[in-house]
Amino acid sequence: MKNEKKYLFDDPKNVKRVLYILYSCCALLLILDFVIHRHVMHSWENLWGFYPLYGFVGCVILVLVATWMRSFLMRDEDYYEKADMNDSAETTKEPLTKNIASKTGGHHVDD
Amino acid sequence: MWMIEIPPFIPFFIGALIAAFTRGVLRNTLMIIVPIVSGLHLWMVPEGIHLQFAFLDYQLSPYRVDKLSLMFGYVFHIAAFIAIIYSLHVKDTVQQVSAMLYAGSGLGAVFAGDLLTLFVFWELLAFTSVFLIWARRTPSSYVAGMRYLIIQVLSGVILLVGALFYAVENGTLDFGYIGLNGIAGWLIFIAFGIKCAFPIAHNWLTDAYPEATVTGTVFLSAFTTKVAVYALARSYPGTELLVYIGAAMTCFPIFFAVIENDLRRVLAYSLINQVGFMVVGIGIGTALAINGAVSHAFNDVIFKGLLFMSMGAVLHMTGKINGSDLGGLYKTMPKTTILCIVGAASISAFPLFSGFVSKSMVMSAALEEGYDWIWLMLLFASAGVFHHAGIKIPYFAFFAHDSGLRASDPPKNMLFAMTIAACLCIAIGIYPSALYALLPYDTGYNPYDATHVLAQTQLLFFSALAFVWLNLKGMYPPELRSTNLDFDWIYRRAMPIVFQNMFSIIWKTDRIVRDKIKEKLSYSFAYLAGKNNRLSGLLSRNHPSGSMAMWVAVMLGIYLLLSFVK
Repeated sequence: MKNEKKYLFDDPKNVKRVLYILYSCCALLLILDFVIHRHVMHSWENLWGFYPLYGFVGCVILVLVATWMRSFLMRDEDYYEKADMNDSAETTKEPLTKNIASKTGGHHVDD
Repeated sequence: MWMIEIPPFIPFFIGALIAAFTRGVLRNTLMIIVPIVSGLHLWMVPEGIHLQFAFLDYQLSPYRVDKLSLMFGYVFHIAAFIAIIYSLHVKDTVQQVSAMLYAGSGLGAVFAGDLLTLFVFWELLAFTSVFLIWARRTPSSYVAGMRYLIIQVLSGVILLVGALFYAVENGTLDFGYIGLNGIAGWLIFIAFGIKCAFPIAHNWLTDAYPEATVTGTVFLSAFTTKVAVYALARSYPGTELLVYIGAAMTCFPIFFAVIENDLRRVLAYSLINQVGFMVVGIGIGTALAINGAVSHAFNDVIFKGLLFMSMGAVLHMTGKINGSDLGGLYKTMPKTTILCIVGAASISAFPLFSGFVSKSMVMSAALEEGYDWIWLMLLFASAGVFHHAGIKIPYFAFFAHDSGLRASDPPKNMLFAMTIAACLCIAIGIYPSALYALLPYDTGYNPYDATHVLAQTQLLFFSALAFVWLNLKGMYPPELRSTNLDFDWIYRRAMPIVFQNMFSIIWKTDRIVRDKIKEKLSYSFAYLAGKNNRLSGLLSRNHPSGSMAMWVAVMLGIYLLLSFVK
């Protein structure tokens, strides 16, 4: 691994550069809000920075809610497989009815 | 015209037959030729009903061509063509044959002019596609395929019952506008809804698609749900209920997509999200909205196919598809990375990419018709889809932390298929008029005005900013090996447990009751026997053999007497 070629984003500087480009694009888009006259169909669109704010806040809420959902939705990777295995193990061992019958001695009408 | 109009499913079914009996280069060549020839033929077929015959008392028209069906017919040919190229390296005959049959069934369904033909192809879609899931040949793909098949067949059965009711109510099997009136309307609506992955009926999709083979998922993502979208567009345009169902479909899957680890399952959730936009469009029902829904279906087949292909390439080359196992692949799979980003930009509806020119129609229509809250939900979903499909998919597969995997770019045929799809995404994005010319209505819509472009770009860039900010703050949920419970928990866990417990209780009670009764009976027998303890009494337990012999002799004597009487 040591001799491996350096790739584009192995250098943290390049990552920083990409981020700076993103920041400046965002800033530019905000400024454009003043410059470009938009013909709006909805009153909220008139609010300054409606779309940027909605996009940002929406995504943050999305991620926070999704993270919170993990607390009650997340299970082990083999959650369903494990259950299936247990089931099949149980049924192959012995049917439930036989156990009772053998405990009480003699055979039941169902057996 | 000098040639006969052949319904497009026939070339594909013939192609399947050829694929079954040929091998190697010959099979590959013939399989590529089928969608090209069939597509060119379809291009020349004029609109109208080309095949019609009477069956019992009903008029069946298995081949009806109009603008709406043509749109889906074209895109299905494109999808089949791309997916066939993508799967040329596959040697598995089962997959190749079922893929051809599946594509043919999809085409059969969209050109069906009556409900009976639709039903036949509806079921064929299920039976042919399930082999693309089973072909993975793992235990989990087998059970997932089973669940998929059960749900799909159920949808078909409901459609058949609905069609029969419809025939009784209206005296025709014509597959046209149906609407939500009467039991037939509702039954057919539910059947379409199951295949369209309506909420709580959606888990067949997220369950089965990620379990299918690398190439199988590419086929699967193109046909089934789009046939359902087509069917809704034909039979339920302007049904208000669809607006709310569709809006729910755009929003809830994105939460699951954010926390899902299997990247193909993330795409399956985002497929539901995209279908949601189409369903909203159909529900609004204006010319602009229907155009938006149909063109979005057209674009979605291509860009979702591209995304599934790029994730398929990752799975094919590394054998892994979980976000937690991947990362840093851009180093050795640069072409796949770029193609995936094109797909991601298209699904996120960046200006100059295909998603932008179709999704904005649905959004504009929602505003025009005064669905303010729906519009806000769609806007949220647009930001969300960029978040999970636009950023998450490429980021966790190709960038993020270095997983140490050094897989190379996939085989040439896969790259070529992805390139075609990527070129189409960009071409439609840059020159949408070509797509608009095919649409059912002429609305003179132009997506590239300053307002739209600015609004969408702002929305997307600030969503990206949110992703960066959350990541830098360490608040972004890490990819974890996990299963997330969804509605399928109800029928995979809750219902089996409830039924098991219920039956074990029923059996136990049944046994106890019967034991009690048996006990009571034997007690009463013993009691009666005790009362009549004499030998050979009427109700006594013991009878000497002598008395038996005597009674036999008496009976024989009676027989003898009777024979004399006669």
